[in-house]
Amino acid sequence: MVNGHAELIYGLNALTAGLVLLAAFGMVTTRQVQGVLRFLIVQSLFVAASAFLIGFNRGSIDLLALGCIMIASKVITIPWVLRRMLPGDLYERREIDQVINIPFSLLLALLLAIAAEFLVGPLVATTPDPVVHANLPIGMAGLLIGAYSLIARREAIPQLIGILAMENGAFFAGIAIAPDLPVIAELAIAIDVILIVVVVGVLTRNITETVGTTEAATMSELREEPRRWH
Amino acid sequence: MALIAAVSLPLLAALLCWFRPLRSIAWAITVVCLALSFGSAVVAVGEVLSTGHVVAVPGWIEADGLSALVLLLVAFVCAVAAIFAGGYMGHEARSKERLWWFYSNYNLFVFSLAVVPVLARVNLVWVGVELVTLFATLLVGFESTPGALEAAWKMAILTIMGAPIALFGFLTLYWAFRTSGGGTAETWQGLYAIASTMPPNLLKLSFLLVFVGFGAKAGLAPMHTWLPDAHSQAPTPICAVLSGMKTTIPLYVILRMLSVILGSPDAKMGQWMVVIGLISVAIAAFLLLQVRDYKRMFAYSTVEHMGIILTAAGFTTHAAAYGAVAQMLNHSITKSLCFYAAGLVLMTLGTREISQVRGLFRISPFTGGALLLCSLAIAGAPPFPIFLSEFSILSAGLRSGHYVAVVILATLIVIAFVAILLQVNGMLFGHSESTIQKVPLPLSPRIAILLGAIPVCVLGIYIPGPIHSLMELAAQQLGGH
Repeated sequence: MVNGHAELIYGLNALTAGLVLLAAFGMVTTRQVQGVLRFLIVQSLFVAASAFLIGFNRGSIDLLALGCIMIASKVITIPWVLRRMLPGDLYERREIDQVINIPFSLLLALLLAIAAEFLVGPLVATTPDPVVHANLPIGMAGLLIGAYSLIARREAIPQLIGILAMENGAFFAGIAIAPDLPVIAELAIAIDVILIVVVVGVLTRNITETVGTTEAATMSELREEPRRWH
Repeated sequence: MALIAAVSLPLLAALLCWFRPLRSIAWAITVVCLALSFGSAVVAVGEVLSTGHVVAVPGWIEADGLSALVLLLVAFVCAVAAIFAGGYMGHEARSKERLWWFYSNYNLFVFSLAVVPVLARVNLVWVGVELVTLFATLLVGFESTPGALEAAWKMAILTIMGAPIALFGFLTLYWAFRTSGGGTAETWQGLYAIASTMPPNLLKLSFLLVFVGFGAKAGLAPMHTWLPDAHSQAPTPICAVLSGMKTTIPLYVILRMLSVILGSPDAKMGQWMVVIGLISVAIAAFLLLQVRDYKRMFAYSTVEHMGIILTAAGFTTHAAAYGAVAQMLNHSITKSLCFYAAGLVLMTLGTREISQVRGLFRISPFTGGALLLCSLAIAGAPPFPIFLSEFSILSAGLRSGHYVAVVILATLIVIAFVAILLQVNGMLFGHSESTIQKVPLPLSPRIAILLGAIPVCVLGIYIPGPIHSLMELAAQQLGGH
C-alpha cells in the first residue's frame, strides 16, 4: 500500500514535469505579453506543485517551504509588482516582435528539450531516484528554452519573463537535486529574484519615459566604431 | 567582530543616507563609514594573518586568506572612490538633488561587494553576486540619459541572464556535496575538505554552469560587450568600482570553484581556463588599438586583465596562483586610479573622445601627470606592480610547461601595452588647437588620486611583509588543494 502510494506520487510528479515543459512551450508560442505572463504564473504553480508532492511524500519541511516561497514570490508578488510598476499599455494586448517566427521557434524549443535530455542523461543515470529522472532533464529544458526566448524576443518585459522562466527551470531541477537546501538560502534566492524584477522594472519604466520604446533592437547608440590612425 | 563591522558599516551608511535630515550630508556619511569600514577590514586582515582563518558566524560568515584579501581590496577601492565622488558628482551630476539617492545606492553596492568574499555558505554567494549586479545596474543608469539607460539595460540583460544558469550550477554543486555525504555544512572550507570524494561529473557540470553564468559578469569575452558601454556612460567613480571590483568579485567566485575542482583528481579544467582566458586577452588587446573613447579604452583593459588572471589560474601551480592573486590586487588598485584620472580629464575638457584630447600636459599638468602615471602602471611598465605580477605569471607558466600559452600571452600583453601608450601619447602631448577654458578642479578628486596612487607607486618597488603573507595565504587557497 505504501509502495502504491509512492508510485502515485511519482506518477503525479512526472505529470507536473510534463506540464512545466508544456508551459515553457506555451511561453515560446504566445505572442501577447499578457499571455506570456500567464504561462509563467501557470508554470510557477506546477513547480510549486512538484515541491509540495515530493515534500509531502518525503516529509521534507524544506521542500514544503520551497513550494510556499515559490507561490508567494512568483505567483503573487512578481505579477503584482509588474502590474503596479509598469504602465498598462506596456503589456496589455501588445504583440511581441520576434526574430524567429512561431512554428520555427516551437521546433527549436523541442530540439532544446531533447538536447537537455542528452546533456544531463549521464548524470541522471547515476541515480535510481525517480524524482531526479523527472525533474532534472525538464529543469534543464526549462532553463534552455527560457534562455532561447530571452534571445529571440526583443522587448523588455518578455525578456524579463524569459529570465524568470529560466529561474523556474533551475528551481524545478533543485527540487530533485537539492531538496534539503536550507530554507534561509531559498528565501534569500526568492527575495533576490523579486529584487531583479523590481530593478529591471524600474529600468524599463525609465527607458519608456526617456526613449519612448522598450524594443531592445532600437537601442543601438553605443557601439564600437574603429578609430582611424593618421 | 572586525569582519562584521567591515561588512555592515556600508549598510549603515546606506540607511543613514535615506533619512531626510541627513540627505544633505550623504557624502560625508559615506566617506566616514567607508573609511571606518576600511579600518575594520585592515583589523580583520590582521586577525586572518595571525590565525589563518577567522570565523564570525560559524558556517555563514568566515574569512580565509583569499576572502580577506578581496575584502581589503573592496574596502580600499570603494572608500577612495567615495572620496573621489564628492567633488566629481558635485561638478558633473545632472540631477544634484538626487545625490543622496546616489550615495545610498552606492553604499548598498559596496555592501554587496563586501559581503560576497566573507559569505561562507556557497548558495548565499550566488545571492550576493546577484545583488552586486542589481545595484550596479541602478548606478550605471543613474543619469537617466538615453545612453546611460541603454548601457544599464545591456548590462542588466547580459549579466542577469547568467543568474539562473549560475543558480543551476550552485544547485548541482549542492547535489555533489550531498552525494558525497561527508561534509558538515556546505561552506567553501567544507567543500575543499571533501572535494576528492565528490563525483567529478557533477563537479564539472556545476563549474561549467557557474562559469557561463558568472563569466558575463566578470567581463570575459565573448560576453564582455556590456562592459565598455557601461563604462562610457556610468558616473566615473562608479566606473572605478565597476572595473576595479565588480568584475573581480564574480571572478573570485569562479576561482573558488576552480580551486574546489582542483581538489578532485578526475575533474581537470585548467587547460580550458587557459584557452578562454587567452581569448579574452586577445579580443581586448586588438580592440584597445581601435577604441576612440578613453573610458572605453580602460574598460577593454579590464577585459584584458580578467583574461590574464583566468589564464594564470588555469596554469594551476602555486606560483601561478600567487601571480593570479597579485594580478587581482594590482589590477584593482591600478584600474580604479585609471578611472580617477579619466574622470579628471572629463572634468577638465568635457569630452570622452581620445582624438579631441590633445596637449593635456600643457592644459593641466596635474591631470596629465595622473593620466601618464596610471597608463604606464596599467599597461604594465616597470617599476609598477602590474609589471611584477605579469612577469611572475609568465615565469610560472614557463616553469609549469605551458610554453605556447606563455608565448601567446606575452605577445598579447605587449600589443596591449603598445596600444594603451599610443592612445595616451596623443592625449598627453601634441598641442591643442582650441583654447580651452580652464576649469578649477575640486579638491576631493585630487585627494582621491593621491591616495589611490600610494599603493600603485609603492607595491611595485617594495611589498610590505603583511601584504606578502596575505597574498601567500590567498594563493594557498587557490592552488594548494
